[in-house]
Amino acid sequence: MIKLEHIVKTFQGSSEQGTVDAVRDVSLTIEDGEIFGIIGFSGAGKSTLVRCINLLTRPTSGKVTIDGKDMLGLTPGELRESRKKIGMIFQHFNLMPSRTVFGNVAYPLKGSGLSKQEIAGRVRELLELVEITEKENVYPSQLSGGQKQRVAIARALANDPKILLCDEATSALDPQTTASILQLLKSLSKKLGITVVVITHEMEVVKSICQRVAVMEDGKVVELGDVFDIFAKPKEAITRDFIKTASKLSKIDKLLEQDSPFLQMQSGDKLVRLTYIQKDVSEPLISELSRKFDLEVNIILADVEIVGDAPIGGTVVIFHGEHEQIETALQYLEEKNIGVEVLRNA
Amino acid sequence: MPEWLLNLMPNVIVKWPDYLEAIRDTLLMEVWAGSICFVIGLFLGVVITVTKPGGILPNRVIYQILDKAVNLFRSIPFIILLTALMPLSRWIMGTAIYVRGVIVPLVFGSVPFFVRQVEAALAQTDDGLVEASLSMGSSPMEVIFRVYLRESLAPLARATTITAISLLGLTAMAGAVGAGGLGDFAIRYGHDRNMADITWITVITLVIAVSIVQFVGGWIAKKNTH
Ligand SMILES: Nc1ncnc2c1ncn2[C@@H]1O[C@H](COP(=O)(O)OP(=O)(O)OP(=O)(O)O)[C@@H](O)[C@H]1O
Ligand SMILES: [Mg+2]
Repeated sequence: MIKLEHIVKTFQGSSEQGTVDAVRDVSLTIEDGEIFGIIGFSGAGKSTLVRCINLLTRPTSGKVTIDGKDMLGLTPGELRESRKKIGMIFQHFNLMPSRTVFGNVAYPLKGSGLSKQEIAGRVRELLELVEITEKENVYPSQLSGGQKQRVAIARALANDPKILLCDEATSALDPQTTASILQLLKSLSKKLGITVVVITHEMEVVKSICQRVAVMEDGKVVELGDVFDIFAKPKEAITRDFIKTASKLSKIDKLLEQDSPFLQMQSGDKLVRLTYIQKDVSEPLISELSRKFDLEVNIILADVEIVGDAPIGGTVVIFHGEHEQIETALQYLEEKNIGVEVLRNA
Repeated sequence: MPEWLLNLMPNVIVKWPDYLEAIRDTLLMEVWAGSICFVIGLFLGVVITVTKPGGILPNRVIYQILDKAVNLFRSIPFIILLTALMPLSRWIMGTAIYVRGVIVPLVFGSVPFFVRQVEAALAQTDDGLVEASLSMGSSPMEVIFRVYLRESLAPLARATTITAISLLGLTAMAGAVGAGGLGDFAIRYGHDRNMADITWITVITLVIAVSIVQFVGGWIAKKNTH
């Protein structure tokens, strides 16, 4: 368990520049085995906060406790030993260019008491784990971004850490590669039972692997909770902004703005945005509506995804039918705890 | 001895033993001063790099003293160092002449230059590598040896090459104050006695020496670039 209490980090800027409050009084607890996301725009203080976990940055004040151990009270030697149990991967991979893949993964194993053969065995095991065995004797400059990150993950896992910190680990990768690295992290977390802390500025990343997320703004955690709940009922404006970037439903605003011919409506029609904000929506909602209320339901946009094992997202639809029926249908939906937002009446 | 060779460089043939001795003396100066300079310069270059603000072992006092001392010695012309350091040389080496006598000034003349070269070479190390290595639990010593030095082999080879070549220039100057070597050889005969062929053979010898150093340095740098 990682416990951060009242973490403050103030950087002494260059002489006249004054100070920078990178992290202001952040407290949070990350449970064993969970994949925890920290999202925020550039400069929000995400990296600084995460570096306070392995003390690459020492907080100005506050308390860092990992598995009951007060990290700030450790001697330098004890801190180095603890760091071996906290892996870290980076946006730019940070592989050593003069060492081969093997050499990079073997780096943290030196001085671990393993013999040469044991180290070689361990390295191969790790390369297998991240599925990149064939590149053992290749230098990093000959690898693709995704392959580099796999090697970096293998290196970070060399000493069997209980925690893996990922600072924008997929920000330099294309969407496909990002997805494959995220899946790898997810499966590793499951297989090895490690706690994963993921820093990102992309809601897609949070959505695809995190169980809980903290939203950071200006050095503070402004919102924290279950990823599903955050998606379903974001409280802060910044959270809504992040969610919008990850949802295709926001396209409707553009269509409305442009008065798209795509949104042709007859008198009495209603353009409605339906959002699923509860975990148990699984019935075939649209067909049910058309059957039950004798309506024509025309789907304009749909974006439903599985987040934390439950569908989230929604649809934008045009209801065509008797006015009364449409009204009852909307009421019915609200009773079922579905977010209903009438975008336009014709 | 073929006739044409005698015609081409009559004096060189006559002074052949002096020529060999000059080469030996230059080599002695280069190797001794160069080795000492390499060890001290590398050490100080590492110290400056790690004690810099934001380095892995920041220390204002040590950094400022070293930085200022390097600047001071770099701004003193070598010919002045040669004479100014005579007492120190006498004290350390027991003499201020011959090859033994100029090792001290040669070291003082080349170390500051090499320190800056090392500093520049190490500065090319990506901060991310240092950070990654610290995150894996490396100690500062491990970061120095396994990251800074190990990852900078190519730029360090280039820095050493440049310094070795510039040191060769210094040894020629040292010759002028009685250290012997190729500089002394060229001035004594080539210049003072107007023996042009001696000047030429000295220049050619130095060009060959520089080329060899450059080639070896370049080869090491290339082998360590991936
Ligand atoms: N070593 C430092 N010295 C001074 N200021 C710093 C230092 N590191 C970070 N900062 C400042 O602290 C603030 C937070 O930085 P941080 O790197 O934690 O943000 P971030 O959320 O990780 O941003 P990004 O998404 O760009 O990585 C920024 O204003 C940054 O300029
Ligand atoms: Mg960052």
